Amino acid sequence: MLYRENGQFKTSYRADQQVFPILQDRVAIWGLILLAIVAVPMVAPEYLFRAILIPFLILSLAALGLNILVGYCGQISLGTGGFMAVGAYAAYNFFVRIDGMPVVVAILMGGVCATVVGVLFGIPSLRIKGLYLAVATLAAQFFTDWAFLRIKWFTNNSSSGSVNVAGLNVLGFPIETPAQKYLFCLAFVIVFAVIAKNLVRSHIGRSWMAMRDMDVAAAVIGIRPVYAKLTAFAVSSFFVGVAGALWGFVHLGSWEPAAFNIDRSFQLLFMVIIGGLGSIMGSFFGAAFIVILPIVLDNLTVALGFDTALAAHLTYMVFGALIVFFLIVEPHGLARLWSTAKEKLRLWPFPH
Amino acid sequence: MGFFLETLIGGLMSGMLYGLVAIGFVLIFKASGVFNFAQGAMVLFAALAMARFSEWAPKLLGLDSKLIANLIAFVAAMAVMVLVAWLIEKLVLGKLVNQEGITLLMATLGITYFLDGFGQTIFGSDIYKIDVGLPKDPLFLLESTFQGGILVNKEDLYAAVIAAALVVALSIFFQYTATGRALRAVADDHQAAQSIGIPLSRVWVIVWSVAGFVALVAGIIWGSKLGVQFSLSVLALKALPVVILGGLTSVPGAIIGGLLLGVGEKLSEVFIGPMVGGGIEIWFGYVVVLLVLLVRPQGLFGEKIIDRV
Repeated sequence: MLYRENGQFKTSYRADQQVFPILQDRVAIWGLILLAIVAVPMVAPEYLFRAILIPFLILSLAALGLNILVGYCGQISLGTGGFMAVGAYAAYNFFVRIDGMPVVVAILMGGVCATVVGVLFGIPSLRIKGLYLAVATLAAQFFTDWAFLRIKWFTNNSSSGSVNVAGLNVLGFPIETPAQKYLFCLAFVIVFAVIAKNLVRSHIGRSWMAMRDMDVAAAVIGIRPVYAKLTAFAVSSFFVGVAGALWGFVHLGSWEPAAFNIDRSFQLLFMVIIGGLGSIMGSFFGAAFIVILPIVLDNLTVALGFDTALAAHLTYMVFGALIVFFLIVEPHGLARLWSTAKEKLRLWPFPH
Repeated sequence: MGFFLETLIGGLMSGMLYGLVAIGFVLIFKASGVFNFAQGAMVLFAALAMARFSEWAPKLLGLDSKLIANLIAFVAAMAVMVLVAWLIEKLVLGKLVNQEGITLLMATLGITYFLDGFGQTIFGSDIYKIDVGLPKDPLFLLESTFQGGILVNKEDLYAAVIAAALVVALSIFFQYTATGRALRAVADDHQAAQSIGIPLSRVWVIVWSVAGFVALVAGIIWGSKLGVQFSLSVLALKALPVVILGGLTSVPGAIIGGLLLGVGEKLSEVFIGPMVGGGIEIWFGYVVVLLVLLVRPQGLFGEKIIDRV
């Protein structure tokens, strides 16, 4: 009886259009955000930040971006890693080449560059669909992999091919300790999650979803395919580019193109699928699952006494099997489990 | 000129091998509408099985004839691939009937991960050799026309003949046999096919077995050329643009697409590569495909899909 919408009347348009119409949801979300901002930095050990929390935040931002494209607009993309790389390297160039460039601006500019590249590689989507498009987006992946490895200008002529940034600070506050890095990423994720949530329930989000569900019918009712598809590519690439810049600047510190290879693209796609296509919440669930799973598996196989090579192979097997298992058992992802749980809670304690 | 021709022939040969892997993709897409990302993993798995069985067979059975050992290994590897096909149908695809294309694509990605790990767990992850007795000595052609002649690998010639034979056989199989027609019917609309009494599960096992067979052939040819190792599964990524270029549903398209991209890749690498820093082989195929798709969205030989409201 604790979780229900009975009696929560909406007396103004403002109240009617809230992101979370149910009071309990709002309380829970605010509680969660407070917990993440205040409590976690105080209690979490350093390992947790480095290995789990920071990767989780950044990858959920990237998954959010990919989910806009794949989940909301129905355009399959396998080039996410490439767009992340564009974001990271563009941000690096802005940061290094312009004196006194603030980190946040550099990261956002990385996102802008990724947007441009994303729209460029999104143009084929106007002609081709589905699986053909998936392969076409791989072109972005391989091309960026190559470009950042071979074209010296992008890496500021670094001899080793890897680039690094140091001494980050925002308005005089340093971003050095894991807790500071965590808060920095958290700020980005919260802002972008709010933007994403509002975009997908607005006019533009609805045109994406119409495009996804049936493009021909959407065109008939007056949604311009060019506009809908390209904006989806643009917004998605922006998110992904920012995530890429964060991944390079904050998580890795120094990186080379291999950090954004095709495995990263697959990993992000898994997050979106396992978390739930077309769900903001799902992107977070998926990211958490994919970040934590390999760590658990690695520890488990080593603890069981397998040698490392065998453990790596077993991790691969379990990972593959779990993906298939998820697709079969819950094709709508973890987000569906969550909404089922909410449905049950509404009726609780009565079954009907 | 001699160098150009040599590059050209080299490109044709590697293109033939891409085509072989691509045929596996096309077969499965043509017969079940599943975009099988796991084809590369299947090539690796089949090649690993073949390499290890041909090593184990003489020891276990006390044979000394290499031919018989290879034959046994081939049959055993084929049996393993059929088993894999059956398991994939039973455990994965059978449960995902009527799901969307992307779900099936993701499922094959899961299969890829599983097969990569599984193959290396049971067969080991070293580099193995497959020796099926393909001649290795090079052949020099047109020695009178060019200085030093044009170097051609005999192995490549055999590979080309095998690939051509495979294409002819598969085309006939799809076009003229009852099973082939059933496969095409399922690809078109599997609900309709089921409702007229085509057993979906059996069709899927058959087509995945055939794809396993193609993977085995491709694996043997690649393996005897370069050795069997994990990088073989990366082949799948080379074969993807080939499939798309040729059209997802055309077996000859896969081979022609393979040849075109193989040649383009080698020529561009040799003649354009040095200007931009080399290594453009990696993306050349994909960018070409991107441009072709802008003009012909269904690929060179694919069926045109018309949307009607």
